[in-house]
Amino acid sequence: MTTLLTILVLILVAIAIWQMTKIFELSQIKAENSQVASDKDNKYNGYLMFAFLIFIYGITIFSFWKYTKVLLPEAASEHGQSYDSLMLWSFVIIFFVQTVTQALLHYFSYKYKGEKGKKALFYADNDRLEFIWTIIPVFVLAGLILWGLYTWTNIMDVNDEDDPLIVELYAQQFNWTARYGGADNVLGGANVRMIDIDRANVLGLDESDPYSNDDVIVKELHLPVGRKVNFRFRSQDVLHSAYMPHFRAQMNCVPGMITEFSFTPTITTEEMRLNPDVIDKVKRTNAIRAERAASGEPNSDPWEFDYILLCNKICGKSHYNMQMKIIVESEEEYNAWMESQQTFSQLMASMN
Amino acid sequence: MSATAHAHVDDHAHDHGHHHKETFVTKYIFSQDHKMISKQYLITGLIMGIIGIAMSLLFRMQLAWPGESFPIFEALLGKWAPDGVMDADIYLALVTIHGTIMVFFVLTAGLSGTFSNLLIPLQIGARDMASGFLNMLSYWMFFTSSVIMVISLFVEAGPAAAGWTIYPPLSALPMAQPGSGMGMTLWLVSMAIFIASSLLGSLNYIVTVINLRTKGMSMTRLPLTIWAFFVTAIIGVISFPVLLSAALLLIMDRSFGTSFFLSDIFIQGEVLHYQGGSPVLYEHLFWFLGHPEVYIVLLPALGITSEVMSTNARKPIFGYRAMVASILAIAFLSTIVWGHHMFISGMNPFLGSVFTFTTLLIAIPSAVKAFNYITTLWKGNLQLNPAMLFSIGLVSTFITGGLTGIILGDSTLDINVHDTYFVVAHFHLVMGISALYGLFAGVYHWFPKMFKRMMNKNLGYVHFWVTAVCAYGVFFPMHFVGMAGVPRRYYQNTAFPMFDELTDVNVLITVFALIAGAAQLVFLYNFVHSMFYGKPTVQNPWNSNTLEWTAPIEHFHGNWEGEIPHVHRWAYDYSKTLPNGEYVIKGQDFVPQNVPLHKDEEELNH
Repeated sequence: MTTLLTILVLILVAIAIWQMTKIFELSQIKAENSQVASDKDNKYNGYLMFAFLIFIYGITIFSFWKYTKVLLPEAASEHGQSYDSLMLWSFVIIFFVQTVTQALLHYFSYKYKGEKGKKALFYADNDRLEFIWTIIPVFVLAGLILWGLYTWTNIMDVNDEDDPLIVELYAQQFNWTARYGGADNVLGGANVRMIDIDRANVLGLDESDPYSNDDVIVKELHLPVGRKVNFRFRSQDVLHSAYMPHFRAQMNCVPGMITEFSFTPTITTEEMRLNPDVIDKVKRTNAIRAERAASGEPNSDPWEFDYILLCNKICGKSHYNMQMKIIVESEEEYNAWMESQQTFSQLMASMN
Repeated sequence: MSATAHAHVDDHAHDHGHHHKETFVTKYIFSQDHKMISKQYLITGLIMGIIGIAMSLLFRMQLAWPGESFPIFEALLGKWAPDGVMDADIYLALVTIHGTIMVFFVLTAGLSGTFSNLLIPLQIGARDMASGFLNMLSYWMFFTSSVIMVISLFVEAGPAAAGWTIYPPLSALPMAQPGSGMGMTLWLVSMAIFIASSLLGSLNYIVTVINLRTKGMSMTRLPLTIWAFFVTAIIGVISFPVLLSAALLLIMDRSFGTSFFLSDIFIQGEVLHYQGGSPVLYEHLFWFLGHPEVYIVLLPALGITSEVMSTNARKPIFGYRAMVASILAIAFLSTIVWGHHMFISGMNPFLGSVFTFTTLLIAIPSAVKAFNYITTLWKGNLQLNPAMLFSIGLVSTFITGGLTGIILGDSTLDINVHDTYFVVAHFHLVMGISALYGLFAGVYHWFPKMFKRMMNKNLGYVHFWVTAVCAYGVFFPMHFVGMAGVPRRYYQNTAFPMFDELTDVNVLITVFALIAGAAQLVFLYNFVHSMFYGKPTVQNPWNSNTLEWTAPIEHFHGNWEGEIPHVHRWAYDYSKTLPNGEYVIKGQDFVPQNVPLHKDEEELNH
């Protein structure tokens, strides 16, 4: 496929260059060797302007046809639904404006291509026209702003209603760690100055803080479906960004500061794996990986869909591989998993 | 005050009747003539552009064929590409320096520096800038900063690699990445000098436009190019000093142990002493310049487009007053929208709301400009010269790229596309490609003024069409990569199986990018060849109205022999007719600004 595309592009470019040289030759025949556009130049470039309009539409249609399937599957969080519908409507507006304005721009470039002796219209002003195209964007944007701000305020309102699960996501070059509040659902105090690597207190928990004792520190994020999760983000070294694209969630992790984000996962990992879009995606991806396996290339193990947490703020050499698996599961599965984890005090005791 | 200024100018008129005796050094190197300085800016900018674009091609190859060995990597990157495989650190360095060079050195200095210098005195009817000496100083500081930036590429541990925004702590701690050592120090020094250069230049532009306009050149008769350069210089003066303060504080954090931007850091097994600073503060300072910078890059391109489009459409620019008003509105709004780069930085979400509001407002003057350009084409007699094609191309990419700004400017929608390839696609189209088109339009249009020769139009056509197709080929599919969730500044996407199927798109993008790169060689050849062997120009090759075409082809310090022309009308009397339906000047569809009003003609109140 790739080769085909490449060849296609090369052919198109070759044709373009061939056409260009033809124009070049044609204009050479004319004795007058002016470097100012002649009627012939205007004509050819006018046609090309029209062709370019078709190209823009073409590449739009091509991209939608070919690449819509690579987009993220449906949102797996509660606020993600409203995010997606706002996105959809913004795109509807954008594509409407794009289609119309590009058509006008290129069609006019084609239609009014210059000819010797033609008279252009001296048309310097029209207050009514300008008023119309100022006021329409004003109303459309006012709508988008209001809708966007309403959604934004809801999303960013991190509060303690509905008994949220408290989870800390801790970033460092180049990995993630998650910490749960434990049985009391309260995170113990922590600061990088209390990090004690030798005793495995890698997150700098305050060992004298009673809230720390039952904290659970893990390398895989498990979330119960349907329960609100309040995330608190910390970083120990440089800026990172906790990006959870399937949940339409992202927040920077800033050294010296605790940042927050909150969402409610609505689809378990198991359910998401049964989503038709995801099934197709896994199938396509595994076909690619099978091809790699056949030719003995690395990175060819079959893939199973999982939610993922990525680092999305440049953080150094291995920025491109800073990730953590996220598993959304039923309340029972989550509780069972949590039972099997060591608490911070158990961990400390085992180190002594 | 302006009376004295004019008197002063008139005095000069007699001084300049004869030519100064100039040595090679004062004519070509330490020249104080704005025309020579503009050429110096252009050529330095183009050289930096070659470096910047070449870098992008290298990292695009890495993205399309991750981990593949290329002899060219080994040849160019040496020890950073062992066996021809690009190293992850140098990938980040390439991305960083590409951004820095393109934004500051090519599109700020190369574009605004070149054309502000060339056109401000020539189009307002002045002998030179208000201070030729400051102007010279400004160029040589720019040159020095360019040299330092290039030198930083050869530092042992590698050049700066923290992204062009150089957010601390990554940029502040040499142990966080090798590029944050000597490479970052040189980056900061280079940028500090660059800022000084930019301020000297901008102050000069502002003073010149305010004080040295020729008789009759009221502000409402200024060509839109001058309006754009003038307002650009004002935003530069307002915002660049803030970047300087950010850079100075960062230098202090790095070298003198202060904690402006750093706090609570544990790295490589030890706690650092920094306490109480905030990286978010740096982000505010950086983007206080960073966002206006987008318009510092874009406004001159839009100004050039207005002028080129009107001239080649043989029509006045539509809605001159609205165009000026939207330049002013964009400039004002541009200084109060910086927070939209920081919606998810940990900044208070209420601030995010305010910035969403101001950001989306900027779409209004932008939309007005786009519609006015389109209307300017309507019922024109379009002379499709290469400069005109690039101007139309600019409007096209400005619309395509600008529209996705509605997504990114919305704090809600930004959450999931922030720092992904969606952003990369957006800003490359709206400011990168658009501003480059503006630069090319300017070069094709004013090449005869600069070098007394014409560029080859057919090579220009090839250059435009291949570039136009490839620009969309590169950046249109890239939106989809971003919406699939691929973060920017990833050395390769192989660590995530969910991105496996995007390799195809990346190959397509890279192929387009390589072809686009090759097309720029056509331009370079045309540029250099025409400089020496191009067809000699006539005085006013595009039949344009503005004053620069009334100056003799031959360059000398002072621009006009004898008296400076006086101005009697605005710059856009193209195809203007008298009540009897005839052109104002018989058989000629343009009326230069220095032509007095015809007795039957009414001056429009624009």
